Amino acid sequence: MENIAGKKPALSWAKNVAMATMVLIWVIPTLGLLVSSFRDRDQISATGWWQAMLPVELTARARTGTEATPEGGLYRVEGVIFDDEEAQSYFSGTPGDISAFGIRGAEPTAYPAGTTADLGDGETLTVNADGSYVWITPEEPGNRGQRVYFAAESPPKLTLDNYRTVLSGDNMGRAFLNTLTVAIPATIIPILVAAFAAYSLAWMEFPIRGLLIAGIVGLLVVPIQLALVPVLNLHNEIGVGQSFVGIWLAHTGFGMPLAVYLLRNYMAGLPRDIIECARVDGATDFQIFTKIILPLSLPALASFAIFQFLWTWNDLLVAKVFLPSADEAKVMTVKIADDLLGSRGGDWGILAAAAFVSIAVPLGVFFSLQRFLVRGLLAGSVK
Amino acid sequence: MNPLIQGLATIILGVGGCIGYFYASNLLLDKVLYPAKGPNIASNIRRANIIRPWLFIFPALLVLTVYLAYPVVGSAYRSLFNRSGDEFIALGNYVALLESPEFRRSFLNNALWAIFVPVMSVTAGLIAAQLSDTLKWGNIAKSLIFMPMAISFVGASLIWKFVYAVDSDIGLINAVLAGLFGAGPIDVIQIPFWNNFFLMFILVWIQTGFAMVILSAALRGIPEETIEAAILDGANPFQIFFRIKMPQIFSTIVVVWTTITVASLKIFDIVYAMTGGNFGTEILPSYMMSFMFRDDGRATSVALVIMIIVLPVMISNIRQAQKELR
Repeated sequence: MENIAGKKPALSWAKNVAMATMVLIWVIPTLGLLVSSFRDRDQISATGWWQAMLPVELTARARTGTEATPEGGLYRVEGVIFDDEEAQSYFSGTPGDISAFGIRGAEPTAYPAGTTADLGDGETLTVNADGSYVWITPEEPGNRGQRVYFAAESPPKLTLDNYRTVLSGDNMGRAFLNTLTVAIPATIIPILVAAFAAYSLAWMEFPIRGLLIAGIVGLLVVPIQLALVPVLNLHNEIGVGQSFVGIWLAHTGFGMPLAVYLLRNYMAGLPRDIIECARVDGATDFQIFTKIILPLSLPALASFAIFQFLWTWNDLLVAKVFLPSADEAKVMTVKIADDLLGSRGGDWGILAAAAFVSIAVPLGVFFSLQRFLVRGLLAGSVK
Repeated sequence: MNPLIQGLATIILGVGGCIGYFYASNLLLDKVLYPAKGPNIASNIRRANIIRPWLFIFPALLVLTVYLAYPVVGSAYRSLFNRSGDEFIALGNYVALLESPEFRRSFLNNALWAIFVPVMSVTAGLIAAQLSDTLKWGNIAKSLIFMPMAISFVGASLIWKFVYAVDSDIGLINAVLAGLFGAGPIDVIQIPFWNNFFLMFILVWIQTGFAMVILSAALRGIPEETIEAAILDGANPFQIFFRIKMPQIFSTIVVVWTTITVASLKIFDIVYAMTGGNFGTEILPSYMMSFMFRDDGRATSVALVIMIIVLPVMISNIRQAQKELR
């Protein structure tokens, strides 16, 4: 299209800007989630993810040491606050300068760094910007030092902790396996069933063929909601109940119209000559199907497989209804929507990591097999 | 049994069973029932060929009947009974629905979804398709806009929950509000009425890529001569777009439009994950789920309402398919 006359080059920068804006709106939210999932919990609540590469001012807690030297009736404790283990746990790498300190959690930054805080009864505390402190107390300190709060800049901290927590602690690893267990059989089983049906609808003559095709097109838009109650009752009656077998069957059924429709459209477009030659040579329908149609239809089979995989992997509704509600049978979408959003509602790092675990596989499939996905969409854009 | 092993066994059993069924049933037909030999060879072959299509289509037909065709009838029947299913109450459930303010709320919200989501997705998709087709980095742009297609609705909801967060250190919207205008934090999920649009935008974000891919293919399919002729006649770019291109891709736009409309009537995940139906954001699918496992009669009646709304699309699709077959 670029060689068409009448395109104004003056407009091209505007097009670039408009396109770039749109792409940014589409990408930034996902990027934010990815960055957040690698950030430390304290850093997430301190600054936005777009500042992830900048140092963060964190408020930390620590205790002074207790080795005192007597000094004219008072005891003097000196040290560096960053030596305290509790203080270290807040920072990764070398902390920056201390900007302020305090002695009560309610006012962690009551005194600027370098000043001396009067704690009453002749007790004083000085904390300098470099972390060194002097604590002077009239009583000999026991085995507990003075509580100190302080604010210091922490270098950016990117960790895998959120992923570790999610995968080990929250049963998310189990949910990942469950999702895989649901998605793979539910993707593979419908393919063969649909392929045979599609072949007979595309290349075999029988009376009500047209009616069946129209019926399948109609079933494409039937809302799944309609099937939930009757099918679940049916499963309960025949003893399948809420189980993996049940959800495989359900996904097979719900994916069938699209599968037959997509494959039939593709197979009907294959050249008639090949099939007729094979018939003349004495091939049976079964042979034509397995030796000619199936290999030629691989692109369409791949398209459908990708669709069905993405659909079953990402599904929430069918999993909620057809799988048991026990924790060990939950898939990731249910886990996130029902458990994590409720109990971990404010823990953004964990939520982000959980979400990313669940969308990583579909994104991988998407970027590696995008070609087939587009082809499939163009062939059957009805569902 | 470990579900993973059970899954593997099911794959082997399922695929093996399929191959076995098709192979064995064909063998039975050709060798035992109507062998292609002996005195009746001609009529045997003819009969075998009448039966064979049904062998091929039977498993798919069975699954379709049990999982999609029967439920339409089954749901309609079940919706005429009360909660426990033992008392026939005719249209009682539907009357209760009409009297319930929540049902009206979700019906109106769903109507809003069915209008706003396709309008925005198709418009954005058309713009993206038109822009990306003329740019050098258009394919990368397309790929990125298409990406949300692969993300689950739950995942997408979570992604946007971050953007909509009240805390200006997490939510981009509130960060921009605070940074540029110094305005206080607002919880967009709780603004009455308008919060619906923030939820709808999540679906728009997902569906735009779909609209773009299909419309972009349609735009490329437009014969160049028509455009060149328009340019020679002195048409400006806007005239070319609205008078030449749009009419030629109109049927594709209709297909995309109806597909997204149907999707926006069926999606339950976004409302469920974002608000759980609170703050006046309930839509029919999530309203139905609030009755699931509690009151099957009411749940099926809501499902049937969704079905009735989708029915016109279904009929027009069937008509279209029949036209193409002839």
